[in-house]
Amino acid sequence: MLNCKRAGAAMLATFFASSFSHAQGYISGNEFNPSISLILDGRYAEYQDDFELPGFLLGPESGLPTKGFSLGHSELTISANVDDQFYGSTSIAIAEHDGSTEVELEEAYLETLGLGHGATVKFGRFLSHIGYLNNQHEHSWAFYDAPLIYTAMFGKTLYDDGIQGRWLAPTDLYLEFGVEVTRGDSFPGGENKGNEGKALFAKIGNDLGNNVSWQLGASAYSSQFDERSTESHGHGHEEEEHGAELHLMEGEVDITGVDAVFKWSPTGNARNQQLVFQAEYFQRDEDATAEFHEDVNSFVSDYQGEHKGYYAQAVYRFSPNWRTGIRYGEIEPKNQFEELESNGIDMDEFLEETELGSTEKTQRRSIMFEYNPSEFSRVRLQYNHRGWGENQDEVWVLQYNMSLGSHGAHSY
Amino acid sequence: MRFYLLFSLLLLPGICWGKVHVFACEPEWASLTEQLAGDHATIFTATHAQQDPHHIEARPSLIAQMRKADMVVCTGADLEVGWLPLLIRRSGNAKVQTNKPGYFEAAMEVERLDIPESVDRSQGDVHSAGNPHVHLDPNRITTIAAALSKRLAAIDPDNQSAYIEQLKTFQAKWNEHVSKWQLKAKPLRGMKIVTHHKDWVYLNHWLGLQELATIEPKPGIPPSAKDQKRLLTELSANKPDAIVLAPYQNAKAANWLSQKLDAGIIKLPYTVGGDGQSQDLFNLFDRTIDLLLSAQRAIK
Repeated sequence: MLNCKRAGAAMLATFFASSFSHAQGYISGNEFNPSISLILDGRYAEYQDDFELPGFLLGPESGLPTKGFSLGHSELTISANVDDQFYGSTSIAIAEHDGSTEVELEEAYLETLGLGHGATVKFGRFLSHIGYLNNQHEHSWAFYDAPLIYTAMFGKTLYDDGIQGRWLAPTDLYLEFGVEVTRGDSFPGGENKGNEGKALFAKIGNDLGNNVSWQLGASAYSSQFDERSTESHGHGHEEEEHGAELHLMEGEVDITGVDAVFKWSPTGNARNQQLVFQAEYFQRDEDATAEFHEDVNSFVSDYQGEHKGYYAQAVYRFSPNWRTGIRYGEIEPKNQFEELESNGIDMDEFLEETELGSTEKTQRRSIMFEYNPSEFSRVRLQYNHRGWGENQDEVWVLQYNMSLGSHGAHSY
Repeated sequence: MRFYLLFSLLLLPGICWGKVHVFACEPEWASLTEQLAGDHATIFTATHAQQDPHHIEARPSLIAQMRKADMVVCTGADLEVGWLPLLIRRSGNAKVQTNKPGYFEAAMEVERLDIPESVDRSQGDVHSAGNPHVHLDPNRITTIAAALSKRLAAIDPDNQSAYIEQLKTFQAKWNEHVSKWQLKAKPLRGMKIVTHHKDWVYLNHWLGLQELATIEPKPGIPPSAKDQKRLLTELSANKPDAIVLAPYQNAKAANWLSQKLDAGIIKLPYTVGGDGQSQDLFNLFDRTIDLLLSAQRAIK
């Protein structure tokens, strides 16, 4: 593990040292050399209890940062035009999970440049274009964490291997349609016969006068799976030690959502002053056969889940160096388990213990305050307050987030 | 059948009725294209004079306009690096990709000043291709006009002779104005100015203005209170005649410095639309020189 850490540090140091330089030429970020950017992210986190979402089977990356000092994702992005027909980009995140350093390939995709007629095809591994936040990189989010609904639905964000087609209408109004076919095996999908992940999205947007812009979107995702094993399930930690596992078999998941963004820059200069309001709603229906094993005991049941939730946030940049924001999010589970066979386990007791039977809403309020010495550096203080039923918890996070290397253009 | 009807209705606005759709990043290039293409082009201007062209969001409306464009006319030299490449990539428009004739970067047609020997973020937002704010030198505009006209003719060969004709008309009128401006601006030679950002380099070079300092400690970095004090000390010994500000720049630091140094602020239009009088490239320069001259007279 130590070696792993050292290797990571050496790798970071190499990129830290290589200041970019490029020849004179057209805007390409970096002429023939690819644009390289590195995000360095670290936190100091303070909280009492571990993360849990009653009523939800959690995907990967749902937890809280480690208490005290820790690193977030150190993300390396390399991108360039491959030739006159393709653009390629890859994002590699180095992160700490349960004490070991892991390298995650978040994105590695190619995109067509020369198809024309508003059509673009993207293929490889990419962040899905469903929703609004999903295809933005974590470092461009206004809060250190994903909204609750993203954590619950996608285990943070949805990315997968596959192909995407988009078409932009030739109108003054921005109108874009897209479809994705992917492996469908990343959360909330699971192992399947092949390419069961399907997504559809539509986006529409425009300006209102000189200084206001907006975008609305609608999206849907579905996948079928033979098997999905969940990382943790409610109070599952102790049970895991006894070899307890919950698997969903022969299942199907359907997600639909809508999103809205509204931005106002009083002088037309978003960097100086800007108010951004955004909200997203998702609902998920899934059914499967649930199999639970603990030592020699087990049960099998029919499972049906109906989950929904939303978040709304407002972020105000009041000077080039300062930004503040508030966010409210709410999620609501409803799971039905119908016992098919049982072997030494009382299912009702199980549901109560793991809180999988919970239908209680979880609400979270967040506030953040941010100092940006330049557009490439940021120090953020965030406070989360979460409440469900009689329970509540609090999280404080102090975070730095810096970007080295080429100017990354941020999408809207 | 009904579907096809609907579909073709959607496509209608994209079919240009013989006109070249131009996506101009900044108002100065929209104005130049208008001079050179006249009725043969419809021009969309992506930014207005109150906006800082370094920092524009790749908004949905801009993506939609890029989708429809036959040609992109921008400053280039990395000025729009934070938004233009993204717009082009998102547009799904083959005509405006960087290797196509539909992609035109004005700054790359002329010699640029301030090309740094090395580039490092600690120096601020420097452009490795040199200072991109080339439009404030009318002689460079002459060169750019010729290149742009040639490009328009390549994209719209049916109207080639019209573009050649328009270029001739423009150049005759432009050259006449340039001589007039140079004569009129002679007294400005040696005038000492302080600017907010390094976006007046080409104007200074052309008119012989002497730039003592910039308010930004480094390009693109807003000045801190400490930076301002340091600048004040530095300038107390060598007072500027005026402090020059573009419409998109924050006047706070300039106002403070102006009071302390007892030097006036000149708000120059910087680009077309920068004030009420600067409605095209010709009166942009008329106005700029008039404002500088009247500021100079006020001192004497």
